[in-house]
Amino acid sequence: MLENLNSIREEAISMIKESASLKDCEDIRVAMLGKKGRVTEILKNMKKLPPEEKKVLGKEANILKKEIEEKINRKKLELASEEKEKRLKEETIDVTEPAPELKIGAKHLITQVIDEVLGIFTDMGYEIVEGPLVDTVFNVFDGLNSPANHPSRDMTDTFYISKDNVLRPHTSSVEIRTLMSREAPFKIVSPGRCFRCDTPDATHSPMFHQIEGMIVDEGITMAHLKGTLDHMAKKLFGSETRTKFRPHHFPFTEPSAEMDVSCFKCGGKGCSMCKGSGWIEILGCGMTHPNVHGVGEVDTEKFTGFAFGMGVERIAMLKYGIDDIRYFYENDMRFIEQFK
Amino acid sequence: MLVSWKWLNDYIKVDENITDYCNGMIMSGSNLETCRKFGDGIEGVVIGKIKNIEKHPNADKLVICRIDVGKEDNVQIVTGAKNVFEGAIVPVALDGSRIPGPLHGQTKSEDGVEIRSGQLRGEVSNGMLCSATELGFDDKVAPMASRDGIWILPFEFESKLGMDLSMALDLSDYTIDFEITPNRPDCLSMIGMARETGATFGNEVKVPETKLNSEDESQRAEDIIQVEVRSDSCLRYTARVIKDIKMGESPWWIQQRLMAAGMRPINIIVDITNFVMLEYGQPLHAFDIRSIAKRKIIVESAEQGEVFRTLDGKERKLEKNMLMIKDGEKSVAIAGIMGGMNSEIEKDTETVVLESACFDGDSVRKTSKKLTLRTEASGRYEKGVDPNLAKTAADRFCYLVESLSAGTVVSGAVDVYKNPKESEPVLVRAKRINKVLGTDIAAGEMANIFKTLDCRVDIVEGNLNDNDAVMRVYPPTVRQDLSMEVDFVEEVARIYGYDKLPMELPKSNSIPEMTQSWILRKKAGEVLTAIGMNEIQTISFASPSDLDKVNIGEDAIERAFVKIINPLGEDTSILRTILLPDMMDVLARNYSRSQESVQAFEIGTTFMKNFIEEGGLPYEDFNICLGAFGENEDFFMMKARVETLLREMGIRKVTFTAEKEYPSYHPGRCARVSATAENGEEVELAIMGQVHPDVAENYNIDVPIYAAELMMGPIEELSNRKITYKKPPKFPGTSRDIALTVDEDIAVGEILKVIYEDEDEIFKGAKIFDIYRGKQIGDNKKSVAIRLFYAHDDKTLTDAEVLSVHRVILQRLADKLHAILREQ
Repeated sequence: MLENLNSIREEAISMIKESASLKDCEDIRVAMLGKKGRVTEILKNMKKLPPEEKKVLGKEANILKKEIEEKINRKKLELASEEKEKRLKEETIDVTEPAPELKIGAKHLITQVIDEVLGIFTDMGYEIVEGPLVDTVFNVFDGLNSPANHPSRDMTDTFYISKDNVLRPHTSSVEIRTLMSREAPFKIVSPGRCFRCDTPDATHSPMFHQIEGMIVDEGITMAHLKGTLDHMAKKLFGSETRTKFRPHHFPFTEPSAEMDVSCFKCGGKGCSMCKGSGWIEILGCGMTHPNVHGVGEVDTEKFTGFAFGMGVERIAMLKYGIDDIRYFYENDMRFIEQFK
Repeated sequence: MLVSWKWLNDYIKVDENITDYCNGMIMSGSNLETCRKFGDGIEGVVIGKIKNIEKHPNADKLVICRIDVGKEDNVQIVTGAKNVFEGAIVPVALDGSRIPGPLHGQTKSEDGVEIRSGQLRGEVSNGMLCSATELGFDDKVAPMASRDGIWILPFEFESKLGMDLSMALDLSDYTIDFEITPNRPDCLSMIGMARETGATFGNEVKVPETKLNSEDESQRAEDIIQVEVRSDSCLRYTARVIKDIKMGESPWWIQQRLMAAGMRPINIIVDITNFVMLEYGQPLHAFDIRSIAKRKIIVESAEQGEVFRTLDGKERKLEKNMLMIKDGEKSVAIAGIMGGMNSEIEKDTETVVLESACFDGDSVRKTSKKLTLRTEASGRYEKGVDPNLAKTAADRFCYLVESLSAGTVVSGAVDVYKNPKESEPVLVRAKRINKVLGTDIAAGEMANIFKTLDCRVDIVEGNLNDNDAVMRVYPPTVRQDLSMEVDFVEEVARIYGYDKLPMELPKSNSIPEMTQSWILRKKAGEVLTAIGMNEIQTISFASPSDLDKVNIGEDAIERAFVKIINPLGEDTSILRTILLPDMMDVLARNYSRSQESVQAFEIGTTFMKNFIEEGGLPYEDFNICLGAFGENEDFFMMKARVETLLREMGIRKVTFTAEKEYPSYHPGRCARVSATAENGEEVELAIMGQVHPDVAENYNIDVPIYAAELMMGPIEELSNRKITYKKPPKFPGTSRDIALTVDEDIAVGEILKVIYEDEDEIFKGAKIFDIYRGKQIGDNKKSVAIRLFYAHDDKTLTDAEVLSVHRVILQRLADKLHAILREQ
């Protein structure tokens, strides 16, 4: 029997050695150690043997069993590692092949500029409010202290839908709405579409966007107006930007001003963009006229405030050197996708 | 407002150079459009006199001129100009000279034009006679006699033959084009600009001379002409009479100033009226007294339907409320706008009546608008002329006539001025000014500013050293814009200097809130761009035909649009009620430009007529429109976007219902999207589907288009983005897969609805994971594979517990939908 064990050992060792896969190993294990395996058989048949022999043979058979088990396990590990190597090798890919496109859309440039400007003001505590695009002649003109014979009221300038209602030619109507619906103090910014009877060309569009801003509070001065808009200009065009406030006239503010910023292309030296002046006009602003505050029954002795309005298209065009306003509403994807 | 630098210096001495001057004026409120150097680029052009003119032997249209340029030999020049005559004084560009150009019929070049001797049709031409345009003047200011021809110079230059033209004419100048805001009509005059200059730089303004030396005392104006004002729209009417008119051309210094201001010299009388108008901003008009019947001027309204021929030769049909100047019999001018052909100054005019009047701006504006006739005068009256100017301007006219020997001024003036305008004082508090400007300026400094602006200042409270004194300020009557305290705040600010005001940020103690609508729209934009869609923005205008293009029916609610009374054109005549047509336009445009795949969205306002309130504002809402075409697009891709978008906007459970009637979409591929409100009502949120092939064809697109239009109003109402935290489940749930065979016409949405009727707490949801059609299933049948989820919050479910609920669901499916459970 012991010889038998030896031959089994040799046979097993050679089989294990030659096995080429995990399945081969498993087959060997079954053939040797499984329920009907050769070693198991020997252990089973041992019962018939005398105790002395049984003891010796049992010990040897168990040693063999352990030995085979160990060898198979070792072989298995070896094979597993080889197979892993092989699999990894097989799984090699050409990392330079193209990946599927995960497309992120682009927000319209107008939206982006509005968001950027509004962000600057919400950071300063301004609230975003909106008004209707069709508004009353009162909210659009009368309440804003616009003279009764002002040409902007003409049908050649403003779109009318009835005698009393117009497509707002500016976002300033939101000032009147806010003044009439709220108690001072407040500070708001209001973006949105505006309309004027302009035939479309490279620099005119019958529809465009403005951002209006207004603050009403105790102790608001023209110094605050300058400081706030200077801050905005630096955030929007870069911290090296300088601002210049020039006197101007608007019916709804007094004193009124136009704000220029140092040319962001040439830095103020003078170039084609700023027509050699070094400055670019960006917005209109001023200290809100007491007549306008009066519409909201604001105590004009107690409260003062300022307001401003800027054209969104103009800022977008200046910032990116876009030379035709009509691109914004043509919505060519090759235009839109550049701004992301 | 064109201001000649040279002319301005007649009224005020400016020490600054032109650049500093312009910058200073900009910062005190006179913004300028341009400042141009004038008179550059003329070299080697001299003054000459045409001695003799001969026909060109070889050309009918040319003549040979011999010109005296102050040298021994005359210069021979061939010209084609028609207005040359012997004895004319002309600008002569000699051989080798340079002029700004352009030459007749050519385009302007930066470097100008060099003139060389040459031969014209075999005759020597040693230079060129120049037109005003060729020397750099605008065509419309070339003196009347020199229009379309050689510039015939004033005869006063006969003594300067051979002299350099620029030097003789003192051409070197700057022309500053100031942008005058509507509140400052007083600045539409040289004196007005001189006053601004004085306030800005602190120099004194020299008032023009008006004192006459040799009036004809034998007669008085009132003996010759009577004036009767029968309308309140005429605030003042001043008339003076000038006799023995010597008609002719104006001296060069008058012509030069007019030309710089953009006006064409005509004759001495017209030129002086224009000159004084530019000086003071007071329009003047001269009538030939021969045409004034009964020597009487009556200011009153026109007859309804009256026909009147104006100086420009056109016949005008008048209306009752138009203010006219009449004589004893007929109309002679439209007040403040234009004179009539019947009273025009002629070459042989001997006596003129000069009108210097003030008409109400609104009246002039209305008439001018109705007649579509705008003139230099009407523009000024519309903006507002100070009635106190009328007499002064008339006197100035007379002074110039007298000093230029153009006539004899009859003494006296007829001046009808019922309610003389007086300066209305305003109380101005220095404290208020400092409060608004954030400054600490003393009242004295403010008072000085007011004085430089011709205001009288009385201190009412405190003294000049205080920064809280109170002043009573009397503005000059030309300054219509100074009527409230705030107007003086502005005057201090701009003269003190905006750039000197401090700069600071206001304190902030508010926390900005945003409206739900704003937040949701921002969210929508983020979600849609994150899933690969580009945002578009299209114009809010539309045309009814846009609705035709997307097949919207005649009676559809989408036709309840708002009309624009004064649209730019039919295609922009209404406000849009839906966004789909604009989306289609954009998709079509990109398709035609060979884009293979487009995914786009727009968030835009839509408008609907106000049915409830007559004359009320239209209803406005925001819609979100999605549109796409391309390789990977289909109905379900678009449905996925709609579901994702709604979920992110706070609507977690939506129902899609097949819609066969909406005409813009494919009848078999369209769904209405709705959600259940808290009160159990089903609320429509959107419509979506494949755009009807007919509609796509209307836009010349021959690939399937998928679109959706969502309404922000109901979405905002149903949106619930509140997060209620629940612990992650401790006990694992289990799932059961089933496969149901149902009739093809049973929508899978129906199956889910039946499943979801279950209210047992362990039923957590169901998900369709496969839909199969094929021979094994049979015709008109489909097999729907569904995974049902079961779980309990507090324990692990036993098989039996799951089964008891699962069986109820299966039974209900069998009962309600005749669904057959296929073997798994």
